[in-house]
Amino acid sequence: MSGLQIVVCGSLVPDPLQTLEPATTPTGPGLKNELMLPAVLDPWAGHALYEAANLAKSHPGTKVYLVSVGPKAKLQQLMMNIAQKVPFELVAVDASASGFTDPFEVASALAGAIEKIPGLDRSRLLLFGGCSSASRDAGVTLQLVGEKLGITDQFLGVDELQLQGDGSFKVYERIEGGQYQVSTCQSAPAVLGWATGKLPIPPNNPQVGMQNMRAIMPALQKAAAVKVGAEGVTYDKVEVPNQRRETQIKKDLSVDEIARELVEWIRN
Amino acid sequence: MEKILYLAHTDSNGSLPKPALEALTAAMELSKKLGGASLSVGLIGASIDAAAQAIGGCGAAKLYGAAGAELGVSRYSTDAAAAEALAKAAGATLIVAPGTTRFARAIPGVTARLGGRIDTRVTGLLAEGNTLKVQRWYYRQRMMSTQSRAQRPWVLLVDSGVFPAYSGPASSPSVESVTVALPALKTKTLGVEQATTGPQTIRPDARMLLVAGAGWTKKQSDGQLHIKDAEALIINFLEKTRASLGSSKSLVDQTGEGHEVISILTHLNQIGQTGSTPRHAKGLSTCCHGEEPHAVGWRFINERRAINLDANCGWAQGKADVVYIADAFAVMKRVNELL
Ligand SMILES: Cc1cc2nc3c(=O)[nH]c(=O)nc-3n(C[C@H](O)[C@H](O)[C@H](O)COP(=O)(O)OP(=O)(O)OC[C@H]3O[C@@H](n4cnc5c(N)ncnc54)[C@H](O)[C@@H]3O)c2cc1C
Repeated sequence: MSGLQIVVCGSLVPDPLQTLEPATTPTGPGLKNELMLPAVLDPWAGHALYEAANLAKSHPGTKVYLVSVGPKAKLQQLMMNIAQKVPFELVAVDASASGFTDPFEVASALAGAIEKIPGLDRSRLLLFGGCSSASRDAGVTLQLVGEKLGITDQFLGVDELQLQGDGSFKVYERIEGGQYQVSTCQSAPAVLGWATGKLPIPPNNPQVGMQNMRAIMPALQKAAAVKVGAEGVTYDKVEVPNQRRETQIKKDLSVDEIARELVEWIRN
Repeated sequence: MEKILYLAHTDSNGSLPKPALEALTAAMELSKKLGGASLSVGLIGASIDAAAQAIGGCGAAKLYGAAGAELGVSRYSTDAAAAEALAKAAGATLIVAPGTTRFARAIPGVTARLGGRIDTRVTGLLAEGNTLKVQRWYYRQRMMSTQSRAQRPWVLLVDSGVFPAYSGPASSPSVESVTVALPALKTKTLGVEQATTGPQTIRPDARMLLVAGAGWTKKQSDGQLHIKDAEALIINFLEKTRASLGSSKSLVDQTGEGHEVISILTHLNQIGQTGSTPRHAKGLSTCCHGEEPHAVGWRFINERRAINLDANCGWAQGKADVVYIADAFAVMKRVNELL
């Protein structure tokens, strides 16, 4: 096989260290100061990207695309960091990256962009992404994109993909109770929604960054603006429930006292 | 008027898994709350007879079944074909199904085929007048939304642990068998592998969660690492309590970085933003700082206690009920002795 075509779907989410507060916007719910919040690459989509780049390294002729739906200016900021990680070609779509958009609309935007990738060989396509986003956290988008592209071999919660050399591959998917379901698939195309995978986050490599940025800037410039919302959904209320507990801080107990208290609590 | 289809798959024994019985309760409640709604059942499995009998008394007007050897395995292409056929046979406007990993993989694509919309990880169902509203979390359990939808069919994957599991007298209902046009089978399922073996597994049904943090692998007051001691303490506690083992990201990330690490953990144990959000009655955090990206995974842990050397750790900032400022090595050793 003359290499794979790996398309990774992934966009930006607010940095998880930030405190998030809902806000009402003219288009529905959003986040307070949404455009000002520092953003990161959606973590599980990030793992998908690093796994893709790793496969590309050991399989000559493989090409990696990152397809991102998000506000252009914020995507550009994100790329300053991500571009230094691994080689990829960006396909950008200028639209909301809010968690309150509907996965159907996001999937349409993604599928539309993927269909327009020049020379993409669908018979060699592995569609990657995170198994769930850190924003909507629905775990739905990739399957919808897969259906739109007519791909009916799909895997979710993937931690490992082993290419077998004959075009087939073996997949480890997370299932209930700390277990993996192991499957083989004869050939691409397939959809793989990644969990954490097996790789550490790659260190920054300024050379890769410079090379990536040459194509990323034009890709951002030609990013088409698309409307992505949540047509048909009525949000009644979005709230941060009171989650603060009255914490008792016990400082002066002996080890034995603490252990006895804990054992009583555990047994209760 | 809504036509509700309760959709479920059997497990390898031919019975319905607990999350499926919980989703049945959700569907039954919904059919009572929404005026004029009807309830039907659609079952997928190698054989669905035992499952149909177990829930035959649920009051559904009709039962549809898609059965066959290829439907006994969890696989996108076959599950999607079966669910699509059942939804079409039932003419459903609302589909209520359990959010198992099997359905989380297959049902979104089915929704696309049906021209409907889907909401997953549903944690509440409300009927206001005749309008259905669902509750679900956004931004990884940081904010909760109550929302409704105009589009039909509307598919709801219900989170496990929210509704009580259905139990009722067995009966022998008549099942309308639905033919599924099986697609070409490019994917073959080989089986299931345990990610970790021994006492340190993930036990979704355990009452108690023990979280191990990166502190277990840090230099302690004597300036030394005590990683083997840490492992032994954790395993001993798990053997005695049969608690489920969770971890912070920092601790499992060490596995990839080449130095001496706790060998009993994998990324599957990770709780939080990029880990899991399990449901347990109690959780004990040890040597974990309780930062927000970790603590969001504790959303559904009711009672929370922590042992930490640092009185300013995250747990002390309103994230736990009780924080013991102490050395977890010493405390856990004594706890194990007492248990
Ligand atoms: C995109 C992103 C996603 C993330 N996702 C997650 C996630 O899903 N889950 C997650 O856990 N984190 C996640 N994090 C990381 C998170 O921010 C923290 O870095 C991490 O949770 C810290 O782990 P820790 O508390 O175990 O380690 P540390 O921060 O190193 O804390 C160790 C703790 O151990 C205590 N300690 C040491 N020795 C002892 C002793 N003898 N007795 C008692 N206490 C002791 C110390 O006081 C300290 O509080 C994420 C971060 C980012 C940026």
